[in-house]
Amino acid sequence: MAALYGAVIDGILTGGVYALMAAGLTLIFGVMDIINIAQGVLVVLAAYLSYFLSIRFGLDLFVGLLVTIPVLFLLGVAVEWLFIRRLRSQEKTAMSILVTYAVAIIIEGVLSVTFGVNYVQLHGWYVTRSFQLLGFYLPYIYVFGFLLAAALLAVLFVILYRTRFGRSVRASLQNRTAAQLIGVNVARVSTLTFGLGVAVTAAGGMIFGATNAFNPNSGYDLISRLLAIVILGGLGSIGGALAAAVAMLVVEDVVAVIWSPVWSDVVFFVALVAVLLIRPVGLFGRAAARAQ
Amino acid sequence: MSALLEIDGVSKAYGGVQALSACSLDVAEGTITGLIGPNGSGKTTLFNVVTGYEHVNVGAVRYRGRAITNHAPDQVFKLGIGRTFQLTRIFARLTLMENMLVATQHHEGWARSMVRRGSSAGERRRALELLEFVGLAGHAGEAAGTLSYGQRKLLELAYVLIADPEVLLLDEPAGGINPSLIHYITERIRELNRQGRTFLVVEHNMEFVMGLCERVTVMHQGCVIVSGTPHEVRADPRVLDAYLGGADDEEEGAGAA
Amino acid sequence: MLPRAAGLGLLLLGLGALPLVLSNPTYTSIAIFTLIYMTAATSWNTFAGYSGYIPLGHVVFFGSGAYTLAVAAQDWHLVGGYGMFLLIPLAGLVAGLLALPFGLVALRTRRHTFVVITIAIMFIFQLLAFNLGVTNGSSGIQIPTPLWPAATFNDPFYYITLGILILAVATSWFVRRSRFGLQLLAIRDDEDRARGLGVRTGRVKLTAFVISAIPVGMVGAMYAYFIGQIFPQFAFDPLFDVSVALMVFFGGLGTVAGPLLGAVVLEPLQQYLTLQFSIGDLYLIIYGVVFLAVILLMPRGVVPSTRDWLRARRTGRPDAPEVEGDTDRAAEVAAHTGSPT
Ligand SMILES: Nc1ncnc2c1ncn2[C@@H]1O[C@H](COP(=O)(O)OP(=O)(O)OP(=O)(O)O)[C@@H](O)[C@H]1O
Ligand SMILES: [Mg+2]
Repeated sequence: MAALYGAVIDGILTGGVYALMAAGLTLIFGVMDIINIAQGVLVVLAAYLSYFLSIRFGLDLFVGLLVTIPVLFLLGVAVEWLFIRRLRSQEKTAMSILVTYAVAIIIEGVLSVTFGVNYVQLHGWYVTRSFQLLGFYLPYIYVFGFLLAAALLAVLFVILYRTRFGRSVRASLQNRTAAQLIGVNVARVSTLTFGLGVAVTAAGGMIFGATNAFNPNSGYDLISRLLAIVILGGLGSIGGALAAAVAMLVVEDVVAVIWSPVWSDVVFFVALVAVLLIRPVGLFGRAAARAQ
Repeated sequence: MSALLEIDGVSKAYGGVQALSACSLDVAEGTITGLIGPNGSGKTTLFNVVTGYEHVNVGAVRYRGRAITNHAPDQVFKLGIGRTFQLTRIFARLTLMENMLVATQHHEGWARSMVRRGSSAGERRRALELLEFVGLAGHAGEAAGTLSYGQRKLLELAYVLIADPEVLLLDEPAGGINPSLIHYITERIRELNRQGRTFLVVEHNMEFVMGLCERVTVMHQGCVIVSGTPHEVRADPRVLDAYLGGADDEEEGAGAA
Repeated sequence: MLPRAAGLGLLLLGLGALPLVLSNPTYTSIAIFTLIYMTAATSWNTFAGYSGYIPLGHVVFFGSGAYTLAVAAQDWHLVGGYGMFLLIPLAGLVAGLLALPFGLVALRTRRHTFVVITIAIMFIFQLLAFNLGVTNGSSGIQIPTPLWPAATFNDPFYYITLGILILAVATSWFVRRSRFGLQLLAIRDDEDRARGLGVRTGRVKLTAFVISAIPVGMVGAMYAYFIGQIFPQFAFDPLFDVSVALMVFFGGLGTVAGPLLGAVVLEPLQQYLTLQFSIGDLYLIIYGVVFLAVILLMPRGVVPSTRDWLRARRTGRPDAPEVEGDTDRAAEVAAHTGSPT
């Protein structure tokens, strides 16, 4: 029974971190109508950046975020500006997926060349030290990571709901054309949104890297989960992504405990397929455009 | 006169917006019926319900006395009810000729469509005739995406006609096109009507409606409020009320569209 | 019409004679891999190019085909030889049968959700391949090798793959010209509208999906037999679909010749790069860069761009008119409907 509680708590804590990464993905989709396949490998890139800063300069992982968040933000802006913006509107679905896939492949290649393919993990006192909760040991990083993710999600919401930029983003989320008509510079909003959506991977990557061993290949595993989460939550719905992230991770951890870790991954995707069979737009997704 | 198409107490809500509330309407065979009403009064929604693009839980739609409520769009079409869309929907990357041929397959088995060629000579001839009829034959080989807005409306009319529907629901056939073309469209509709086809036409252009339709139905806030000859409708004070009182609805409708 | 037929004949003749010219097994191996990818790209395009849906899970059919052959050979204690090729239609059948439920689930969704659900189903299959007993997990399955002389060892593989390719291209071509193909193209442009014009969109999409799965399963089996062993990470490689999609986009989505051209150019390049940079990482970077360059510089692919250019030269106009959709289709169809058939 303790194991089950543990699984639920673990699921909620890691779910919060996935929620942060997925929020970036779904935000980008909502505003720009594209899916950033590179999100997974960007998380890994962020983890490697934290790794580099801590190995090379002895920087604490959380302090390192002061560097990695701006770096990833700028990287996101650059990718949008260099590649995404140039896509023509027709076939944009396919094209954007392929372009971001290509970016992912390049980043994966660069990481393999620089860091090799051996697994590494991030270190800090909170990674090794644990505390006891309901009769089960939990490394501090899980709690710190969850709190960080929650704090950053709060920041994201403040940006979206309390700033001018946020208002433009929400307008573009609702209706791109209409936003344009009321004077929103959708192109600039897109670039900044992409930067913002990628910037969250900095924190996500650090926590991921501190709770998992990773190598340049880990991006595939991540992106497949993130995609499942955002689709399940309903593309473009941040609240949906949060709920789906926590639900999926809890289900996965519980299945791992009561059945077997081998099948917990399968359950993850089977749950996705099952939900889509009943509700093709996901749990909180908007219905398709109306017929005029 | 028997009603060819009967809409009986249909209701449809989107969240809090009651797009249709117990809306009833009969369309008699061989007539041209006008359907008017302020923006957001539910005209397009009514079309969507009849043609299977929207589901309803309340009310019934009957065609020749047979219930067709909530039938799928392809089934409704096969029964002989064709429609055009307010914002025209054509196949932009197909040629005009190919656009015409899409609707010819409704009476054909699906397995057979795999092995046969794109079109038979007879179908192409008929398609060309209809393109001629709407004045687009010269563009038959061009991609439909190159057409102007008005031409798209004509193409949409033509490619629906190729399936020989008995009833045509036209959603703002004259909306946003230039006046000379409007006259042209009026003529085409009249001629088709003489051949025995029934029309239900949504339009904001009063001149167009009053000139073309034998009967006019007015909708307001999801209900039919008046039905009669153009003359009667014009004289009815409720209609004026609907249009003037519906001013705030109008803004809502425009915002959501 | 005549030059096209002549060109096709010449191409076939050239492909048929290739093993006689290339005696080096390294090259014939590359040729076989290229044929495999030509088939996969052609079939992928038969669904994606015409319907506009972009699936990234066709590797499921490739892998299932591969495992069909491997498992059948193992369970029935087959020995290497020509008889093994009889398993290839079986692999195609298995792929086609799998495509039915796969398509039924995935085709309920559209656009991005469709892409993602195909990826999800791909991961489900990959995990199954790693964990089910029948696939022997990550230790993989060895496939009996034929005892053919080394000098001509590759030839049977080559010719039979060529046969599958011809089948796939013929299918693609027939679909393109059939009424069924027109329905698919209508779905690509506006699915709901097509439905409202009597097109049974669900069936049409599903049929196209199954049709496009079968040859992929067949070449999957061929791949397994040729390599001689099969592992989950190769049979269900997530990069498979991306490579295939890149080939199709490079050549021209929705054209018959495009996928062939894309595979002929990119697969040998891929093989060369892997041989050249055996570490495999530099190869990823180069591949990604080529990929980006193709998509950004030639978004419509080589075949449509070239055709427009030729047409513009012929008609003396500086450039083809820009269409809201895409011009290549317009040009192509104009040529098609303009000429008596
Ligand atoms: N898919 C939908 N989702 C939400 N609301 C909808 C939807 N379709 C229609 N509505 C709402 O239902 C009401 C009726 O809309 P409808 O389009 O039927 O009006 P209309 O009479 O065709 O107006 P117009 O003259 O502007 O075309 C409007 O308030 C509209 O906002
Ligand atoms: Mg309307």
